[in-house]
Amino acid sequence: MKKYTFTEKKDTRSGFGAGLSELGKTNPNVVALCADLTGSLKMDAFQKDHPERFFQIGIAEANMMGIAAGLTIGGKIPFTGTFANFSTGRVYDQIRQSIAYSGKNVKICASHAGLTLGEDGATHQILEDIGLMKMLPHMVVINPCDYNQTKAATIAIAEYDGPVYLRFGRPTIPNFTPADQKFEIGKAVMLNEGTDVTIIATGHLVWKAIEAGEALAAKGISAEIINIHTIKPLDTDAILKSILKTKCVVTAEEHQMNGGLGDSVAQFLSRNHPTPQEFVAVNDSFGESGTPDELMKKYGLDSVDIVKAVEKVISRKK
Amino acid sequence: MANIEALKKLSTQVRRDIVRMVHAVSSGHPGGSLGCVEYFVALYKVIMKHDPKAFTMDGKNDDLFFLSNGHISPVFYSVLARCGYFPVEELKTFRKLNSRLQGHPTTHEGLPGVRIASGSLGQGMSVAIGAALAKKLNKDNSIVYTLHGDGELQEGQIWEAAMYAAAYKVDNMICTVDYNGRQIDGDVDKVLPLGDLKAKFEAFGWTVIENPKGNDLESVISYLEKAKTFVGKGKPIMILMNTEMGMGIDYMMGTHKWHGSAPNDEQLAKALLQIEETEKDY
Ligand SMILES: Cc1ncc(C[n+]2csc(CCOP(=O)(O)OP(=O)(O)O)c2C)c(N)n1
Ligand SMILES: [Mg+2]
Repeated sequence: MKKYTFTEKKDTRSGFGAGLSELGKTNPNVVALCADLTGSLKMDAFQKDHPERFFQIGIAEANMMGIAAGLTIGGKIPFTGTFANFSTGRVYDQIRQSIAYSGKNVKICASHAGLTLGEDGATHQILEDIGLMKMLPHMVVINPCDYNQTKAATIAIAEYDGPVYLRFGRPTIPNFTPADQKFEIGKAVMLNEGTDVTIIATGHLVWKAIEAGEALAAKGISAEIINIHTIKPLDTDAILKSILKTKCVVTAEEHQMNGGLGDSVAQFLSRNHPTPQEFVAVNDSFGESGTPDELMKKYGLDSVDIVKAVEKVISRKK
Repeated sequence: MANIEALKKLSTQVRRDIVRMVHAVSSGHPGGSLGCVEYFVALYKVIMKHDPKAFTMDGKNDDLFFLSNGHISPVFYSVLARCGYFPVEELKTFRKLNSRLQGHPTTHEGLPGVRIASGSLGQGMSVAIGAALAKKLNKDNSIVYTLHGDGELQEGQIWEAAMYAAAYKVDNMICTVDYNGRQIDGDVDKVLPLGDLKAKFEAFGWTVIENPKGNDLESVISYLEKAKTFVGKGKPIMILMNTEMGMGIDYMMGTHKWHGSAPNDEQLAKALLQIEETEKDY
């Protein structure tokens, strides 16, 4: 197992803030919109440096999506910022009609996704956003794994012409992606080559997958670990190549099993190369209040859960 | 009516509960909660017809309350508990794993006193309209109450609801706005000014009452009583209630900073010196 180290734990939302700040300096067409959560989204630096390109919309997310769509008409590249729940479910039809169907170049940037939002509880812990967004035709869906990758993704999506959903979170987690690693939309990152099982993880579950890989190595199981930061378009070449070697797969995500990354992988494999698969994901349940660590344990999203899923899927190989 | 001095003492205890609850989990929303203490005490101790020991979801022949700005759950939970909806002891589980006292109120865990989940802003008035219409269908003359944040009024759904309530004469509903002038990113007037709220609601067809003293218990009671006199007169009723975010704790007042942050140990100690233990701490 390749050794991964980190010097610091950081939150992915700060990676977004840093990326946006940099875009403010390098790309005059980038504009930002926020719905009364500037601090939570780490958009304050952009607001301070470019007040004329920052739009405080107030607590009115539907209006924000419409204004963002309108700003693209005239060549602006709007980045909207609010919590993941209010970035998706709250405004689904506004996104569907004014952004996705109309093909507008809006970057929907969503913080506090998933259980790790913690104590605020289920009303805020959306676990359905990846599904909602990936179902929209041509919507790109990205869930980076750490601070550096979120920063790089933020910068990369400004270069891409079309609607993007960028999902990140609140807790501080190991920042291990090299700061100079280029972010390629739709291109998986191979974290560890292995032979017995493929672990495909996204977002906060990527570090958990690395921890699981170490625990598995200690048990003599060689895990191939792939970081799928882009759920749509899915890097099916990387997945197929790996599965041909390992012949089984575990997917891991901080999301409902229904509609998540695991679903996308299963859909691809069932059509092209049916393969035993186990899912580390939330199983048809809302979240609740608690600390991020407690919740990840209770809802089965910890590294031990990945290890268990790996052992199970290996036993299912013919 | 209950003894006003006793209710003032209860209000002080509720303030203690609020700061102790958010301190214990280093999260939650003390600012708006502290500003709405008098409203909750007035509503649950004086104004509403309700039976804490016999809570039912349908609440037939009971007055109902919906908290639309769900983030001020600490004041809601404290007052529910101190009215006897559930043990006061349970306040110590606030925001913890496996608790009925979720960060934002929810029906999912079955906490008595809560009839709808809230937290995602802007939805409570619509729900209240539905409940008020059900009361009319049931020939039930009791009243539906709601509370909203002023920042929350920026949500478009509020205005869809406001339009509907007036057009269809939902006159068994008394809504109140916690008009504290503050929201997460700063003053409401800086973030997105609401303009002349009274004129706006009146233009929509509401009866609007302004209460400039939302942290004066007697005043809150009298304005709610006054609002009741408009029930059944063909218009929905709105109280614009001026409050002070963070009321009662010197360092939490005059700023939006305590909208959603909890005091640390030292700050808690400082706060508790300002609010006496009048009923027993949980
Ligand atoms: C739909 C929605 N958008 C954003 C939020 C995040 N949020 C929680 S409270 C709040 C500010 C609310 O302001 P106000 O209603 O004035 O309440 P106060 O700060 O005075 O307690 C925001 C933006 C939310 N809970 N729901
Ligand atoms: Mg307010």
